[in-house]
Amino acid sequence: MSDSVKKPGRLRPAPENFLSEEQVKAVATGRRDFLRKSFMVAGAAMAAPMVARASEGDANILELPTWSTTLGQPVATRPYGTPSQYESQLLRRESPGLARVGGASVSFCPLQGLFGIITPSGLHFERHHQGWHDIDPSKHRLMINGSDDSLLKKPKVYTLDELMRLPSASRIHFIECGANTGLEWGNVAVPTVQYTHGMLSCSEFTGVPLKYLLEDCGVDYKKARYVLAEGADGSSMTRTIPMEMVESGEVLVAYGQNGEMLRPENGYPLRLVVPGVQGVSWVKWLRRIEVGDMPYATKDEAVHYIDLLPSGLHRQYSSVQEAKSVITSPSGGQTLLDRGFYNVSGLAWSGRGRIKQVDVSFDGGINWQTARLEGPVQNKALTRFNTNWVWDGKPAILQSRAMDETGYVQPSYGQLRAVRGTKSIYHNNAIQSWKVIESGEVSNVQVL
Amino acid sequence: MFRFSSASLGLGGTKTILVLALAAASTAGLAFDNYSGVGRPATPAEVKAWDIDVRPDFKGLPKGSGSVDRGQELFEEKCASCHGSFGESNEVFTPLVGGTSKDDMKTGRVKGLSSGELPQRTTFTKVATISTVFDYIQRAMPWTSPKSLKPDEVYAILAYLLNLSEMVPADFVLSDKNIADVQKLLPNRNGMTTDHGLWPGAAAKKGGIGNGGKPDTKNVACMKNCKSEVLIGSTLPEYARTAHGELADQNRNFGPVRGTRTLGPEAAKKAADAGTLELATKSGCMACHGLKNKIVGPGYSEVVARYKDQADAEERLVAKVKAGGQGVWGSIPMPPNGHLPDEDLKTLVKWILSGAK
Repeated sequence: MSDSVKKPGRLRPAPENFLSEEQVKAVATGRRDFLRKSFMVAGAAMAAPMVARASEGDANILELPTWSTTLGQPVATRPYGTPSQYESQLLRRESPGLARVGGASVSFCPLQGLFGIITPSGLHFERHHQGWHDIDPSKHRLMINGSDDSLLKKPKVYTLDELMRLPSASRIHFIECGANTGLEWGNVAVPTVQYTHGMLSCSEFTGVPLKYLLEDCGVDYKKARYVLAEGADGSSMTRTIPMEMVESGEVLVAYGQNGEMLRPENGYPLRLVVPGVQGVSWVKWLRRIEVGDMPYATKDEAVHYIDLLPSGLHRQYSSVQEAKSVITSPSGGQTLLDRGFYNVSGLAWSGRGRIKQVDVSFDGGINWQTARLEGPVQNKALTRFNTNWVWDGKPAILQSRAMDETGYVQPSYGQLRAVRGTKSIYHNNAIQSWKVIESGEVSNVQVL
Repeated sequence: MFRFSSASLGLGGTKTILVLALAAASTAGLAFDNYSGVGRPATPAEVKAWDIDVRPDFKGLPKGSGSVDRGQELFEEKCASCHGSFGESNEVFTPLVGGTSKDDMKTGRVKGLSSGELPQRTTFTKVATISTVFDYIQRAMPWTSPKSLKPDEVYAILAYLLNLSEMVPADFVLSDKNIADVQKLLPNRNGMTTDHGLWPGAAAKKGGIGNGGKPDTKNVACMKNCKSEVLIGSTLPEYARTAHGELADQNRNFGPVRGTRTLGPEAAKKAADAGTLELATKSGCMACHGLKNKIVGPGYSEVVARYKDQADAEERLVAKVKAGGQGVWGSIPMPPNGHLPDEDLKTLVKWILSGAK
């Protein structure tokens, strides 16, 4: 491995995991005759480097590939585009043993392989409470009513046709499940960033500010200080949202996501967007908004999504996702290819506003350097950060630490547990650590 | 101008006027005082049909009643498959009842939550408002047919759960009249606090419920020599390294890093076998062949038995699958499979000869 640092530009096979362990042994003992045949079969797909003409150069350069010498596919062969066949490994995945029934489970977004700040809609994490449906938009309705007549003058019903005629706004926001990183409250439990932080996504959402609708229905802001959002799914998911957020114009009744309609798994045709607040409040398949004068203590704010403190008290209505960050490349379950230069890349976000600064440490938090924030740095949106690193082949512990515009600094595990103990599930925003060993393998550790 | 025909002039002129008219209209549109023509009043029947929430002050609670005995029957029929006959099952969902005591009912705080004695939190160790349980059963249960329960049935099932939690006697009948009394017995009714910074609305002192967003943790953005040593509190257990499958297959196979190979060659072969079985199914092979048994054509283990000692078996089989054949295994012919790419043919034949699994 060290040769590559000393001899830049040398020809060396890329480690595609192409050969089995037996084949590697066969090559080592001098049996190379089968290599040509094996490469012929998979070579076109995997672009495995040839060793035969190594003295002249890379066979991938010297021998023109099929795609340079044949006619390619015509337009609209795949009228709704899909990723390359070589991108089949980055998928939403469940964590085994987390839930017994898929209808009340989670699929995690593969953060380890994504770029920038926008999550492809097809990889957006899922969390359902009673399974998802693909709802016919022509039959979907949004009702707005008050918990009594004095709070809202005109209860109304809207169709999608009507909602999409109203003034719309498009904004980029992150959405994070309150239970994201919850598996790790007590100790390290899962291997990769997909499972530690993958209940996180970020999209451009398009919809009508909810305040326009409430005002259209004659809301009395003085009395109606809470909103109940309710879904059309089996669980008719319900959550309380403070009227201050609605009045600010931030809360959207959204139908668009990343330029297309919402995906069914993300609430098609209508969901609530509640920036900075945990995903459970972003009610999917939104069918009803009720304005009220008190919080509702629904199941998911009285039995789940409550934070157990060491005193035995539970914090209720905990909703904001505080500043948090994670390095996504390199990250747990990955192996560095070689010594030398790496762009260390990750994501930072805060439910209280914009990210102001992200620092990265390579020695487990003794020394820190400030990372580059890549634009755009937006309100309550994921922010991509990058920093330079030359790996010298020695063990290292990588960490990132986010600070938001309020001056709040992401806590260490020690600091978080000092207040909230180890038995909570929700709102774990502690600093994540990835340990790199000599072999280049990166694994998940917790630094206190 | 004179060089243009009068027709094109006329058209152009009309267009200009139209554009101007539209611009004026859209400007006027900004000065709306309502969203005219958008939305319509909800009828009382519509509001009644959807406004099903029950608040902690019991606003929204339907009239009705149900006994513990009736609740037991309903629970066995509609709920036990997920929750166990006594709401104690941990198989599908976490248990509903258990972990509460008579003392907890007096104090309104479940002691096990602070003492650490509770192996697991159940619904009744956590919930502080009985309206919550009524509301949820009514809107979301049973799991596979939500909203199918009548109010009396919801009261009955809740009465049974309260009895299992030793809050009410076996002859109790829960109703809209006495549910507020039950609230006063909830073992964790005093177990919630809203005094924290994670509520995004107004603080309690301003009529809201939180502390106005004041965080409870504090860190300082130290940059140099921030501590003298690195304390590792926890590392990934070995079993957890492989519990999520082959991590190499969950990462891109080019770029700065590779997914770590977590499973051995045996597991990789298993995964390859599963992939080939899928290919065989997709290609229609499994319609006529079993892995071991004959269906229309021979089982794959029979094919292996016949061909295993032949040096050119792979080549011959590939040719046979491609062109089709008749006579070797009986009178029913195997149709040609020219539609399959050669690469797939080879993969399938190799898989068959290596003992198709």
